[in-house]
Amino acid sequence: MSPLDHKLLRDLWRIKGQAGAIGAVIAVGVMMLVMMTGLTASLSETRDAYYERYRLAGVFAPVARAPEQLAERLTEIQGVSSVETRVQGRALIDLPGQVLPVQAQAVSLPDRGRPALNDVYLTDGRMPATGRPDEILLLQSFAAAHDLRPGDTLRATMDGARRSFDIVGLAQSPEFLYTTAPGELVPDDARFGVIWMVRSGLAAAYDMDAAFNEALLGLTRGASEASVLDAVDRLLEAYGGSGTYGLADQFSNRFVSEEILGLEAAAVGVPPIFLAVAAFLLYIVVGRMVQSEREEIGLMKAFGYTNAEVGTHYFKLILAIAAGGALAGCLGGIAAGRALIGVYTAYFKFPFLVFQLDPASFATGVTVSILSASAGGLFVLRRVFALTPAVAMRAPAPPNFSRTSRIGQSLNRFLDQPSRMVLRRLTRQPGRMAGSVIGIACGMALSVAMLTIYAGFDRTIDLTFSVVDRSDVTVSLTHPVADKTLFELMRMPGVERVEPVRNVSVVFRNGLKGHRGALIGLPQGRELNRALDASMTPIDLPERGVVLSDVLAGMLGVSPGDTLTVDVREGRQPLLQVPVAATAQTLLGSPAYMDLDALNHILREPGRISGAYLMIDDAEAEAIYTALQDMPTVAGVSLKSQAREAFVTLMNQGAGAIRYVMGAIAFVITFGIVYNAARIALAERARDLASLRVIGFSKGEAAFLLLGELAVVTAVALPVGALLGYYLSFGIAAGFSTDLYQIPATFDPVSYGQATLVVLVAALMSGSLVKRDLDRTDLIEGLKTRG
Amino acid sequence: MNTKTPDTMLPAYTTRGLTKVYGEGRSAVHALRGVNLEIPTGEIVVLLGPSGSGKSTLLNIIGGLDRHTEGTVMFRDQRLDGMSYADLTRYRRNHVGFVFQFYNLMPSLTARENVELVTEIADDPMDPDEALALVGLKARTDHFPAQLSGGEQQRVAIARAIAKQPDVLFCDEPTGALDSATGRSVLRVLADVDKRLGSTVLMVTHAASQAKMADRVIHFADGDIREIVENREKRTPEEIAW
Repeated sequence: MSPLDHKLLRDLWRIKGQAGAIGAVIAVGVMMLVMMTGLTASLSETRDAYYERYRLAGVFAPVARAPEQLAERLTEIQGVSSVETRVQGRALIDLPGQVLPVQAQAVSLPDRGRPALNDVYLTDGRMPATGRPDEILLLQSFAAAHDLRPGDTLRATMDGARRSFDIVGLAQSPEFLYTTAPGELVPDDARFGVIWMVRSGLAAAYDMDAAFNEALLGLTRGASEASVLDAVDRLLEAYGGSGTYGLADQFSNRFVSEEILGLEAAAVGVPPIFLAVAAFLLYIVVGRMVQSEREEIGLMKAFGYTNAEVGTHYFKLILAIAAGGALAGCLGGIAAGRALIGVYTAYFKFPFLVFQLDPASFATGVTVSILSASAGGLFVLRRVFALTPAVAMRAPAPPNFSRTSRIGQSLNRFLDQPSRMVLRRLTRQPGRMAGSVIGIACGMALSVAMLTIYAGFDRTIDLTFSVVDRSDVTVSLTHPVADKTLFELMRMPGVERVEPVRNVSVVFRNGLKGHRGALIGLPQGRELNRALDASMTPIDLPERGVVLSDVLAGMLGVSPGDTLTVDVREGRQPLLQVPVAATAQTLLGSPAYMDLDALNHILREPGRISGAYLMIDDAEAEAIYTALQDMPTVAGVSLKSQAREAFVTLMNQGAGAIRYVMGAIAFVITFGIVYNAARIALAERARDLASLRVIGFSKGEAAFLLLGELAVVTAVALPVGALLGYYLSFGIAAGFSTDLYQIPATFDPVSYGQATLVVLVAALMSGSLVKRDLDRTDLIEGLKTRG
Repeated sequence: MNTKTPDTMLPAYTTRGLTKVYGEGRSAVHALRGVNLEIPTGEIVVLLGPSGSGKSTLLNIIGGLDRHTEGTVMFRDQRLDGMSYADLTRYRRNHVGFVFQFYNLMPSLTARENVELVTEIADDPMDPDEALALVGLKARTDHFPAQLSGGEQQRVAIARAIAKQPDVLFCDEPTGALDSATGRSVLRVLADVDKRLGSTVLMVTHAASQAKMADRVIHFADGDIREIVENREKRTPEEIAW
């Protein structure tokens, strides 16, 4: 080993604290990159493999009632590779001990053999036997939530008839990775079940003999989905087709894909921030080393070492830190990826795991960190090259502080010598000062942004469930009924307020852009479910025209004043042109609102409702639930408290959980940055401080010089960091927002206060660590250090 | 520039009108004002003069550490002026050894490793242990600079300078930071090395008495040579007091 390499190792050991802090910053950047790309690659691979192995359909065609012979004609459509027809319908499951029935979907399986499309994965038990309409498969996650297993019986109501079934098996399915009750957005395993049974049995229950009410189509490679959708729509129109849609619009798939996309966005957007911060720190630290080793550099040059040889030596130092950090990051990324992938696989309900750590992410992680570190290092190397041996070995001239004497001359009267030294040093080297300020401000910004995001999640929950929706119970009806049902509801003892709602499933279109969703009709003077604008005041629903959520308006590319095509998918299925009256900020889903009367008017179905919001007296809850269950038109009842709980769970799992990981990393980085700033200040001041101690200053007085500087730098960095954090939070909030929910980046004073506290605690800890080192400094050694 | 055979016919160094100006305009400082000088091969030459007289600047320029502003500098028959940085680096690597007032050892390397720093890149170096034995530090080769006294550190610096068996040894105030007894032992080492290797030794000093061990003494003042004295009665370091 060459003596220079010995020097390298000992230098690394000497600056181990700083090298460790920088290495850690690089490591977390690389860790996030490796972990998140590995995670997203694994999840999308697993999803794709799952879809393929269980033959998930590419096109879904719900229809009122179509004769089985039509299947033949569907097969003939160009681009269709396979067709599976089935019967499906709504059911209510009665669970012992629960007053409220649980909504469920019943889906048919072929009488013999497996379905050509949308096969199920049997996790327990066996398939229902041919000719046994009383045997069912139950969705595994629902069964787990209610502790049901094969051998148990289940009571359910199908099309008004109560029946008892034997559970013979539990299953998972690629089309039910996520399930929600109709009209709800947030998945909840416990509140929505899926029942599979043989086709003949289900057809009897729903009066679908020799008919189907849903066709599934597989597409050939390279088929045009749009033209298949068109052809299917035309074919099913006469039989009450309610709008064919592709896989992208399938609820479960959309949700899963959104989550994976969210992870992907974070994988691309977040690590570069960490790596840039690390490069900046490396630049400062190595630059400082070169400054303090001027003599040694000069000496090596005097001995005949070339610029390249000397440069290589310092570059190796940078590389060692960067590569060490990158390596630790890769290992950490693998470990974290492996730990999290299990959680995610359970969360996404994949039956198997295609674990894939993307080797490209290692290469990217290592390369990017070394490149960014080198970028910081290159500036330093330029300084190494510029030093001529004779200049390097002369002590640098004392920095000229003459200009600064004027600054604060008026202050001098009030300042003692040490305070003047602090002030002059800060003003004499504004570049260095700015470096430290920006460094600490970056830490502050990261903390502010992450805390704002935390607050944003809370705000989303709070706004959605306290401000927008103030009801206790949502009742959904089997089909649009006359609004006199409201009186029935109102007459129930304990019901304090009832408001009607009408949900109409539609496809919004603007040119080539389209979105499958619902038009929500709300009455005037509503109190329970309100559409709110950006300033959280209720929006007036105009007599005509639709109010769109910001997200939906964005997706469709329309703004107030434009006209939107609304393709109604129920009843007479009219095609309507509706003006966009306004947009509203919503946090959950992408709803479109209309005045209830206006909606009924354009549908030419006056006085119809499809559900109601109820405010109830908690004491009467059970009686109300029982009464609701006895109403034949009630399809389902959901409680806001349960919905809220499900939403909180959703946000604390999956992509939402990543915010805690990122928050922890932001705090680590903040500390790393502040500690580095303090170390650098100590290294630069060692000589001055030793001199002060020699001429009789106490340890505390000498420390004031150092910590005073750190205090001023921190104080300046706080507002700068707050401002940076304000803008950074928008970027991060956008990364966390999905089609399903939006995370607002609103100014939250508490977050800023907490972030300030984080930075101050980091500064205090760093200050005390550095002061400890300062107290241990050998005075003579300190005097030899060049300032 | 690869021959190490001293050519006694040629002086080690010849300068003509050597000028060095730091800064420009009103703040310009003339460190050397047209110095004309010949330094014979194999001699011990002492440069004497007060601070700021230009002796260290001359040493830096002929040692290839710094560039001059005007004039010519010859090392044997090679011109140093006009050499590229790469050529100057090669010149220092192959021909020149340096000893500095503040030793300038690498604090993170042991005594032997400090010497190896030079032997590693030199063409025909001594064994590092041999060089350390020559300066009487055989027993302390694995000590770090912080574990050595000032005199010992300077001896390591000398070992490091001679280990490459240089044609020229430049010593800038080699005893400046040492007490007289330690300084004398350092000068002893320098004299021995000069005898053994036949190198030309150029030594800058404040202490006029040290000139007594030189073959030739050059007096500097205000950036130029005031006089050159050939020493007919060389003293040994032990006979010198300062």
